[in-house]
Formats: sequence, structure tokens, C-alpha cells
Amino acid sequence: MKKVLTIMCASLVGSAAYAADNCAAGKTLNEGVLTIATGNPAYYPWVMDDAPESKNGFEAAVAYAIANEMGFADDAVTWVRTSFDEAIQPGEKNFDFNMQQYSITPEREEMVDFSLPYYSSAMAVLTTQSVADKVGAPTLDALKGLVWGAGASHTGASMVGEVISPENDVLLYNDNTDVTAALQANQIDAALFDLPTALYLSAVVVENGALLGQFPAERSDNPDQFGALMADGSALKPCVDEAIQALTDSGKLAEIEAEWLQAATGVPVIE
Amino acid sequence: MTMSGEPPAMPGRRAQFEAAQRRRSMWVAGVSTTLVLVAILVLVPLAPGWEAVKKSFFNGGVFTKTFPGLLNAFLLDIAIFAWCAPLIALLGLFVAICRDIQRPALYPLRLFATVYTDVFRGLPVILVIYLVGFGVPGLGLPRPWNSPYIWGSLALILVYAAYVAEVIRSGIGSIHKSQSSAALSLGLSGADTMRYVILPQALRNVLPANMNLVVALQKDVALLSFVGPVEIFRQAGVYKSLYANFTPYVGAAVIFLAITIPMTRFADHLMNKRRKQEQ
Amino acid sequence: MLSLRNIQKSFGDHQVLRGIDLEVARGEMVCLIGASGSGKSTLLRAINLLDPVDDGEIWFDGVDIAEPGLDPQPIRQRIGLVFQSYNLFPHMSAADNVMLAPRRVKGLSKAAQRDRVAELFDRFGLGHRIDHYPDQLSGGQQQRVAIIRALAMQPDILLFDEITSALDPELVAEVLDVLRQLRGEGMTMILATHEMGFARELADKVCFLESGRILEEGTPDQIFDAPREVRTRQFLSQVL
Repeated sequence: MKKVLTIMCASLVGSAAYAADNCAAGKTLNEGVLTIATGNPAYYPWVMDDAPESKNGFEAAVAYAIANEMGFADDAVTWVRTSFDEAIQPGEKNFDFNMQQYSITPEREEMVDFSLPYYSSAMAVLTTQSVADKVGAPTLDALKGLVWGAGASHTGASMVGEVISPENDVLLYNDNTDVTAALQANQIDAALFDLPTALYLSAVVVENGALLGQFPAERSDNPDQFGALMADGSALKPCVDEAIQALTDSGKLAEIEAEWLQAATGVPVIE
Repeated sequence: MTMSGEPPAMPGRRAQFEAAQRRRSMWVAGVSTTLVLVAILVLVPLAPGWEAVKKSFFNGGVFTKTFPGLLNAFLLDIAIFAWCAPLIALLGLFVAICRDIQRPALYPLRLFATVYTDVFRGLPVILVIYLVGFGVPGLGLPRPWNSPYIWGSLALILVYAAYVAEVIRSGIGSIHKSQSSAALSLGLSGADTMRYVILPQALRNVLPANMNLVVALQKDVALLSFVGPVEIFRQAGVYKSLYANFTPYVGAAVIFLAITIPMTRFADHLMNKRRKQEQ
Repeated sequence: MLSLRNIQKSFGDHQVLRGIDLEVARGEMVCLIGASGSGKSTLLRAINLLDPVDDGEIWFDGVDIAEPGLDPQPIRQRIGLVFQSYNLFPHMSAADNVMLAPRRVKGLSKAAQRDRVAELFDRFGLGHRIDHYPDQLSGGQQQRVAIIRALAMQPDILLFDEITSALDPELVAEVLDVLRQLRGEGMTMILATHEMGFARELADKVCFLESGRILEEGTPDQIFDAPREVRTRQFLSQVL
């Protein structure tokens, strides 16, 4: 017993920046270190240049803000990479929490834990300029007549059916690259993405890309909210929630959002 | 071979011995099968992760909710299969015949057939589906000619026809030369010899091998989902994301097996029948 | 009607026919005898143009059919060949085996042929087997169907390649009876055979082949009773 206490004391002394009354004490994967997972690769505008350590990009910045709020210094944060499926598989996790635009859904919450949302996304309609010209004003009726596509593992896949209920069968794809390829090949007219992704795709990936409009988060039944993903029953969840709540209250979260996702302005709202 | 006369009232020594052997081997087979089943049923749930696996792979609630949707999506698999299979048969037959063409004027056909089978048997199906399913529509074809259903199906047809062509060619090769000698000696043309004498026998010989390809095709239809169509595999993936649960994949597997196991048994049955005929 | 001059044929380095000369008159029956590998089968396949000859001439009705580049199809229609192993088409009934070539080559429908084919089957004692498949027939029956199949093309000459060699002894007689019948009808025939008694009984001419040459030819009496060549005597003493 004495020995255990000695070791604990030693580790407390060893991490000077680490407060003794810290909420996260004894709850992280490795004592004194916060292990955060992101996608492989992680991309704009969530993580700039696939380098989360740079703190550049929305999720990278939020991650460090949460860590600081929880009492971890910047150099006490380590990064790992996981795929989407890896993170929701049963079994041990190799991260304390995982940030790669996980939409919070009740079904998912049965398998894993989510933090409070750090971002509420609008869903935006990505299309090409020629389709946008043809459609004109983005009314719901005009959208029904389009051929729709979406990424199969995104919330957009089910949202297309629920919110738009198009006349043609929706086509689903493995990843964003395939959706944009189909858009480029004129196999689909439009695809639904969360706003930041849509902004990125229309600006960088899709030739003559255009955003037809957006469904604001509060307009849809199922507003897309991103949360940090943790193992089911994670002891760390209250600490993360506390940190996010504090960041929301202080307006820090909105600040980060404005800094990294400001391009979100200027896309018309659909009604 | 049947024995003439009355069957003997008492089984002979050999028959008694064989009956005892049979009883013994059935007993051994029964006991060992039971042991293995009991081991699986008892030991697997004892594994520390069993509860978690059960929840995410064998979740009754998710299964009931998703199964009807999966069945519905499987109709698309069957439709794709139904229009691909006959076209594969036709193209495969054509290529097989081209590969055996002797006339110099038709050499380009033969060359084409050889290159074709080499290329498409050498490529993973999924790669061809991606390249054809995205690549060709990318050339700027107008709707509906850029449909992923058309080009995805064409990719399947191209790959499977190459396999079918090779199977048919091996069937043609398996017909003894004396058959074509007999046909030619009667004054039949080379084409008639192929059409009326060689091909009917060759196709009958390779029916079991082609049945195996049919089973494989039924499964590979799912790969079309990579270029857009929401068939059962993709639908299961959507449910997986929606419920964060892998049970829909198990549901899809159940549906696939319900179709492919009878097909496989049928192929084996044909194969055995063929073997018996040859004896 | 058939005249062979200096026929040569090799398979690779192995010379199988080394200058065969042979005359066959209309209505004649010629028997080729000799050990296995002496070239009998190759000679028959050469006449049917299945294995084209390397050199020499085959005059058939005033045409040299050994001319390279000649279309073999019309020639083969007039020269029937019956094989040792019957070579019936296993996926067709006996009747369809017989009717295929006339249908495809001469454009005779099955209906138009049916009566004539049925008559042929009756004539050779196979009327009750006409719709059977080859695997339902005995070897002797199959061989008789094969002969009918060749006859149905109404050839000018029929070639028989050891057609009784693959048969069980008790089935040989029924096939030889068919040949006897054809002989009686005046069919021109060349037989490669090991049935010496049959050759002696019916042949107009017997040729003894050895190593791709006709070593000796003559009437059956000359060959079987007074062979001139030592090798002929040796061969006959082995098989008789």
C-alpha cells in the first residue's frame, strides 16, 4: 500500500502542470497524458494539413481547448488515428476520446458514449454550377426532382430521404471522393453534406462546384451535432462534458468556430 | 449390377461386417459433431467479450427493424443478377469461340479474345467496377446512358464473361478429337462441327463449373454498391451507421446464404451426376 | 474410280506412309491387312482428307483431291469413313446422329429424311433402336449406327478403319453381316481389318502393308494361300 502511494506521489510530482484535484486524474488511458484520436487522414477544415499537433483546424483547435480546460498542457496531448468503424467496434479503445465529425445519434449512443456537442452543423446541398443555374431558387419541390447522392456512412444518407424524399432512388457511395466523382460524371445532381465539408468540397474538389443552399440545424428533425466519441461507460465523460460546457459558456467555442468555419456564411437557407 | 434369384435370407459375412462398420462410423461421427457443437455453444458465450459482440452483431431488436429493408434491397441484387447472367453467357460463349478461330482473316478477333480474357481475369472485380462504373460516365455521356446501373453491370459482365469463356474453352478442349474427326469426315463444315457436335457436349461438361461462377456472381453483385446503387450490402452499411451496430451485416449474410447455399448444393449435385456419368 | 500414286505422309520425323500406290475400281472391295502401325489407318484418313498427305496424288473421279488448297468438304461428303471407336455423337439419338450431316450439308429436313433413315435402320436390324442414345446401345449396335450415318450421305466409296477391333467377339458377326450386305449391293469399299477370314471370303483384292508400303497385293487366294513375300508369310502365320 505504501509502495502504491509512493508511486502515485512520484507520478504527481512528475507532471508539474497537472493539478492534484483534476477531474481526469486516474481516468485517462495513460496517467497525465490525454490521448485524442482523429481520422486517418484528417482533413480541412477540421485539421489543417493532416497535422493536429499544429492546433490548426476546427477540431484540432477545439481538442486543445478541451484539453487545456481539463488541465492538460499542450505537450500532455498525444494523437492517434482510427477509422470510423474501428471506433465503434466492441472492445478496448486506444484513445481517451475521438474527434472526427461523429454525429451524435441515439442508436450510436447505445454502443459508445458521446460528449456534449462541440458543433451543430447545418446540412448543405453540394451541386455543380450548371445544375444550380437550372434549379434557380432552391425550393423543396425543385430539389425533389434531382438525382441525389450521399456518403453511405454519413447522416446525410438518411436525411435525404427524410427531409427531401426525392423522386429517384438515392445513390450512396463509400466516401466523399466517390460522391464528388459521381457528381462530376453527372450521375447525380446533388449531394447532402454537413456545411463545412460541403464548403471544402465545392471550393477545392468539385470542378464548377456550387452550394445550392443549406438546411439550418434547427430546421431538420435530426440536427447534426458532432460530439467527441468515448468508450461506452467512460469515466472521463463528465470531465470532457464539463470542459465543453465551460468553452460554450465562455464563448470560446463560438470563437474557434468563427475562426475556422467562417466560410459558412453566404449560403442561402432553403425553404 | 443386380444379383439374380432370391436374396439370401441371412446377410453374408461381408454384409454383416460392413453393417457393423457403418453403425460404428455413424456413432463416431454423431458423437464428435455433438462435442464440437456443445463446445461452441458453451465456450463462446464464456469469452469475456461475448456480451459486447452479441450486442453489436446479434442484436435481435436491430435485426427485426432492419431485416425487411434488407430483403427489399436484395431485390435489386436479384434484378442486377438477372440481367447480367444471360449477357455473361452470350459474351463468354462468343469469346470462347473467338479464341479457337483458325482462319487468318479473323485473327484480330482471336487476338482480341486472348487479350480480353488475360486482362479481365487478371483484375480484381472491384477495380473494374470502379474504373468502368466511374470512368466511362466521366467521359460525359448524357443521361440515362451514364447510369451506374448500366456501367456497373457492364463491369461485372466483362469480368465474368472472361471467366466463363475460359471455362467453356476448357470444355471445348475436353471433347475428344475423334468427335470432330467423325463430324468432318461426314462433310460437315468446321462451323457446323463446332455448333452441333462440339459445343453441345462441351457446354454440358462445364455446367457444374459455370454453376459455381453463377454463385460467385450472385455474391459479387454487391460490389456494384461501390458506384452508387443501394443494394443489400450498401443498405446494411447504412443501417450499420444509423444504429452503430453490425447486426444488419449478419442479416445480409443470412439472406445471401439462403440463396447461395441451395445454388452451391445444386452445383455439387450436377458435378456428382457428371462424375457418375463418366464412370 | 480411286487411284493412289506415291502417297507420302510423316508425323514429325516418323514417316508413316512411304509411297503407296493403289487402284480401286467401282464396286470393288479392297482389304488392307498388316500389323498395327503399318499405316492402314493413316492411309484411310488421308483418303478422307482428315490428315492431308505430304506428297503424291489421289485421283478420285478424275480429280486429284490431294491437291493442296482444295476445299475438303465436298470431297468428304462423297467418301465415307467409319471409325474403330464408332465416334457416335453421345448427345444425339441414333436417328439424329444419322440425320445431322444430310440436314446441314444437303439441306434435307428431318421430316424429309425420316422415312429413308427408318428404312436404313430396319435394313440393318436396328429399327427398334432408332431413338435410343449411344450409351443405351451395345458396341455392335453403335458401330452399325455409325455405318448407317456414313451411308446416309450416299457416298461413292466407304472406308472402314478396323471397325470390329473394339468389339467383344460375339458382336463382331453382326457388324460383318452389314458389310456383307453392302458388298452384295455393290458398294465400293476399302477396309483396314484384322478379320482374315472375312477378307478371304469377300475381298476382291488384299493388300499387305508393312512400314508404310504395300509389300504385296493380290486376290485373297494369292495372298492367303501363296504369299510371295517372307514378311507376308510371317504375318499371316501369326494371325491365322
